[in-house]
Amino acid sequence: MTTTVTTAAAPAPAGHPAPDTAARRRRRATLLRWCFVAPAALYLLAFFGYPLVRNILMSFQHYTPHTFFTGESPFNGLDNWRAVFRNPLFVDSLGHTLVFTVGSLLGQFVLGLALAVFFSRRFPLSGVVRAVLLLPWLVPMVVSAVVWRKLLDQESGVINTLLMDLHLTSSAVPWLSSPDLALLAAILVNIWIGIPFNMVILYGGLQEIPRELREAAALDGAGAWRTFRSVTLPLLRPVVTVVLILGFMSTVKILDLILALTGGGPADSTQTLGTVTYQLSFQQLDFGQGAVVGNVLVLVSAVFAVLYLRANRSDFGQGK
Amino acid sequence: MTAVPTRAPLVSPLTASSRRAVHTAAALAILAVLLFPLYWMLNIALQPGESLAATRWLPTSGGWDNFQRALSSQGGSLVTSLVVALGAVVVCLLLAAPASYALAQFRLRGGRAMVFATLITQMVPGIVIANALYSAYVDLGLVNSLLGLILADASLGLPFAIVLLRAFMVSIPGEVVEAALVDGANRFTAFVRIVLPMSRNALITAGLFTFLFAWSDFVFALTLNTTDDVKPITLSMYEYIGAHVSDWGAVMATAVVSAVPAAILLVVAQKYVAAGITGGSVK
Repeated sequence: MTTTVTTAAAPAPAGHPAPDTAARRRRRATLLRWCFVAPAALYLLAFFGYPLVRNILMSFQHYTPHTFFTGESPFNGLDNWRAVFRNPLFVDSLGHTLVFTVGSLLGQFVLGLALAVFFSRRFPLSGVVRAVLLLPWLVPMVVSAVVWRKLLDQESGVINTLLMDLHLTSSAVPWLSSPDLALLAAILVNIWIGIPFNMVILYGGLQEIPRELREAAALDGAGAWRTFRSVTLPLLRPVVTVVLILGFMSTVKILDLILALTGGGPADSTQTLGTVTYQLSFQQLDFGQGAVVGNVLVLVSAVFAVLYLRANRSDFGQGK
Repeated sequence: MTAVPTRAPLVSPLTASSRRAVHTAAALAILAVLLFPLYWMLNIALQPGESLAATRWLPTSGGWDNFQRALSSQGGSLVTSLVVALGAVVVCLLLAAPASYALAQFRLRGGRAMVFATLITQMVPGIVIANALYSAYVDLGLVNSLLGLILADASLGLPFAIVLLRAFMVSIPGEVVEAALVDGANRFTAFVRIVLPMSRNALITAGLFTFLFAWSDFVFALTLNTTDDVKPITLSMYEYIGAHVSDWGAVMATAVVSAVPAAILLVVAQKYVAAGITGGSVK
């Protein structure tokens, strides 16, 4: 728009100098525009780009506790990668990450969807209750983990008190102290944390589906379940894709919940890629091996990032 | 008088309203079950200390001791968290607002790439960032510093803020800014005087979420601090349960206090929260 003003003001017939100043002005305008974006772009490069590149380099370097005094971290080829892949803890943590992520997603999604469907009916207080239900998702994850650690405590936890009072179990369940149960307990807690997120997005998706379609199905004699399965669910699919991909990416990297709930134990039964990265880098101070596990974690997320961007472009970009 | 209705309504008004009442009751029951852990947190915090054996179902008086103990041992960390979270909000909004405006309103070469990159950054695990950032921070002398943690925590909100603000600023009509430019303002003053006030609600939402993300941060607090100089409440509580698991009253009192920003966000910005979650699609 500024260019039209410029050409109008310039001595029209001269020809040569006008396009020159116009070009210069345009260049200055472009520069100014970049001044708006540059600070954020530089920050993103420093706090996301640099770590990603640096982690790849670090995974080929030898770090010891001395490195931070001497500054020496020589390149050591594939040593870190070999060491990590031979470490049984890495293989175990990969499995735990998978079970934790898939289990959490299933639980969060099914319960979130059920709540979303329930709340899309009209009844008094629906909005208020829906808003308050978000609280578990907004509370810091470490806080939730600490609260659940108390709830699930074998001796003094209220969950066991309840289970025993209702005669569902005869003795106190060692939720967090048994290697067989700790991962399940972590999954249950994470399901609780993730339900609101699933509910909110799926609820939004349900609101987009025209009411008439469901009413038409009902008039045609379809029952509630049939309508849900044949009309609602297919129309909801784009939103379902996004919710599951986003859920995957945020769940696969969870660290605070597990550290504060079980610390990776008992007997490493709740170690995940995140906790192993933390342990290798910040407890054993082997940042090279930590970087290897971190890179594996990035790789796993990247696969789903690609899926997300695909789904995002075709389905979720409703005009925004 | 006995004019029979031509067609009996499928659902009589009475059953419709009673069905709604049943729904409300069910919703309240769901709420009670899902919020029970948070109720229990409050309940334990309000019980007098050392009542480990049997926690009552309702809070008794005398629990204020717990809050006193919590505040005296962790008050400093609460202040640290507050400073860090506010700092992160300032950094985040200073960076995000102009960038979002440019990405929404200017035709920029590479603009699309940057929006794309912003979406990607939301998927980078925090521990991976911390891994590389730590050694860079050692070189820059930013380990154990408030500034270092503020800068790192701002990264939790920045991509979200850009996505959210950009979505809002796309809808600002170009003519509004053009008019200011004609009146002699430059791009920057037009941005500050016109665009920012118009975007107030979006800025508040982005700021509140950034505050909450920074307040909830644990990974950076844990990894970028090796001494007790900078210890936000999440880290403080984590260390506290490691050392004093027996004093659950004080632990839960701290938990209650650290959940306050979430509760405030829910009350103050209720209508923006759901929009924020779906719009930003993070966490």
